[in-house]
Amino acid sequence: MSSAESLTPITDDIKKLLRLERLPHIWCGGCGIGVAMKAYIEAVLRSGMDVDKHVLVSGIGCSSRMPGYVKLDGYHVTHGRGIPFAVGLKTARPDLEVTVFAGDGDLVTIGGNHFIHAIRRNDDINVIMINNFTYGMTGGQYGGTTPRGSRTLTSPYGHIERSFNIPYMAASLGASYVARWSPLHYRELTKTILEMFEVDGFAIVEVVSPCIMYTGMNAMEAVHMMKTFRERCVINHNADLSKIDIPSFKEDKPIVLGNFLRREVPSFQTLYREEIIKKARGR
Amino acid sequence: MSKVEIDNRLLKPGVYFMRGNDASVEGALIAGCRFFAGYPITPSNEIATLMSRRLPQVGGIYMQFEDEIGSIMAVLGASNGGVKSMTATSGPGFSLMQEAIGLAAMTETPAVIVEVQRGGPSTGLPTQVGQGDVMQVKWGSHGDYEIVAYLPNSPQEMFDMTIKAFNTAWRYRVPVVVLSDQMIGHMREKVVVPPYEEIEIVERRRPEESPEEFLPFSNKYLIPPMAVAGEGYRIHVTGLAHNEKGYPTTDYETVRKLVTRLVRKIRDNERDIAEYEEFMADDAKLIIVSFGITSRSAKKAVRDARSKGLKVGLFRPKTAWPFPYWRLQELTNNGADVLVVEINMGQMYRVVREHVRSSEVYNMPLTPGACPSPEDIYKKIEEVYPR
Ligand SMILES: Cc1ncc(C[n+]2csc(CCOP(=O)(O)OP(=O)(O)O)c2C)c(N)n1
Ligand code: SF4
Ligand SMILES: [Mg+2]
Repeated sequence: MSSAESLTPITDDIKKLLRLERLPHIWCGGCGIGVAMKAYIEAVLRSGMDVDKHVLVSGIGCSSRMPGYVKLDGYHVTHGRGIPFAVGLKTARPDLEVTVFAGDGDLVTIGGNHFIHAIRRNDDINVIMINNFTYGMTGGQYGGTTPRGSRTLTSPYGHIERSFNIPYMAASLGASYVARWSPLHYRELTKTILEMFEVDGFAIVEVVSPCIMYTGMNAMEAVHMMKTFRERCVINHNADLSKIDIPSFKEDKPIVLGNFLRREVPSFQTLYREEIIKKARGR
Repeated sequence: MSKVEIDNRLLKPGVYFMRGNDASVEGALIAGCRFFAGYPITPSNEIATLMSRRLPQVGGIYMQFEDEIGSIMAVLGASNGGVKSMTATSGPGFSLMQEAIGLAAMTETPAVIVEVQRGGPSTGLPTQVGQGDVMQVKWGSHGDYEIVAYLPNSPQEMFDMTIKAFNTAWRYRVPVVVLSDQMIGHMREKVVVPPYEEIEIVERRRPEESPEEFLPFSNKYLIPPMAVAGEGYRIHVTGLAHNEKGYPTTDYETVRKLVTRLVRKIRDNERDIAEYEEFMADDAKLIIVSFGITSRSAKKAVRDARSKGLKVGLFRPKTAWPFPYWRLQELTNNGADVLVVEINMGQMYRVVREHVRSSEVYNMPLTPGACPSPEDIYKKIEEVYPR
């Protein structure tokens, strides 16, 4: 699909979109969240849109701290509720390009109900999900994305539950755009976010980025993490999404990445304005 | 004072025969509400039903969410986009909204919530009346914050107070609740829509400084001007304790200033915000305090008592929060006793006892499901009337 070759670095401009006075940030050295933040900022700069029309929304968690470092209108709301806040904002203000940047626990565990219904309605928002397979901010308990068998703070004998396969779930619910990348794939991720801005409807990218601090099951240093990505990642845009779950970081199973899906399906917001308001006012 | 934004699909000035819940919808549209998000719950359903039909007629959007948490969050999102927005619910749904109400208070996001009370606790009595949410409205979310709650007792007041709720929310940057009840919500009565020129409409105060100088949570103001998304101010808004710039902080002094301001912006203005009605209260030896549907029975009981020579009066708070305690104190300074009548086991009763120290304060604990008749209240009057 997208070739990452055409991207040239724009580091100085990226700095201008950071709230530098807020540094140092709270993230652990080597955590992948910062890479995804940079990819988002670069995509904003390359989007050709008025930068002031880009708005960030997040919930609670390490990942959700991201809007606090980016010099855009940003709303850091309650745990799991970034999506409905973003949907209200986007619905009221179609001129804005609204992106939710949050963690796996926030988006699909406590916020799971909003996640599935926003996709079903095909709400016109972008979601960048940092999947670190745990609740990083609270110290590494298991959640809805924690691989079976993992030992975490609250699964000391090994985790017995199954975990979500995010792209498969999003695709099956009818999302307009579904992708998955890792912090090693900065350029691909940037291009993906750019495409997400163009899409009408729910666009999601899962950023596979294990918490290097707390995931006992895959505790690794940042360098080791990147090495793992280099060895195990396979890019397959046409992958069978039902088979791309990430059962464990210890296993050798490939981590499948790619821009899996892009559909032309009108969003709730488009349909409401084009059908409902017209009908209601016409009568 | 700004004007009603004229749209030929708004309800025209005139006299109508309307249900309370419907009157609330028409009031909201006239106040400028253009976004509604909700989840069905009895006895507030008529509000969502009419909104789904009426909002798109005036170019607004109705959304039904997966739950009340999503609904109130969407309302806060729309509000931060500069669009007047509201939701409607009843007890159980209102409970689910509490975390978001705290967020609205902390981020100073205006929002209107119409809460049509039913009997509780829990799922309780979905179709029957209750007034048991007086305390939930005030203390439902954690931490210290102030909220405003109106207490309509007629369809006319559902109309008027919904407009007022928008004005108060956008003037003070707080969530405002219209605390109605099943009987007022479902009652049909005369509703007068006044000429639009007579209706006050309040808009947010906008920042005057440049984006570089603007402090979105400046303590220079009690109520800071509000920047909305996409205006170029590049604000950071968080539910975390924050400094004037909006950035998270744990600095004791900074947090002290913030929380103090959040509370003071209502407490310092309580006399401008609070409203009440008095009926034969000046010379009364016993003052009945009652609101919403029960205040209508209480008024009849006061008339009956007067016809029998008993000096009884009515004090009807039209806002539960802030509670107009100063006026009640004035009315009881001469030693008048108080009887609180409400459909709960003693919620506003506690508030009245807190403020009326010089005389007896009685209550009439009532379980939900029915409104006391004037005769029920009259019996209680005879029992406690000072002789
Ligand atoms: C209602 C509520 N419950 C619990 C918490 C505590 N809490 C804060 S962050 C968090 C988990 C965050 O996990 P995730 O969304 O995956 O973000 P990460 O920190 O892993 O990036 C939890 C449970 C909270 N803030 N609010
Ligand atoms: S705790 Fe985990 S997710 Fe949070 S910053 Fe550290 S490495 Fe990243
Ligand atoms: Mg996480």
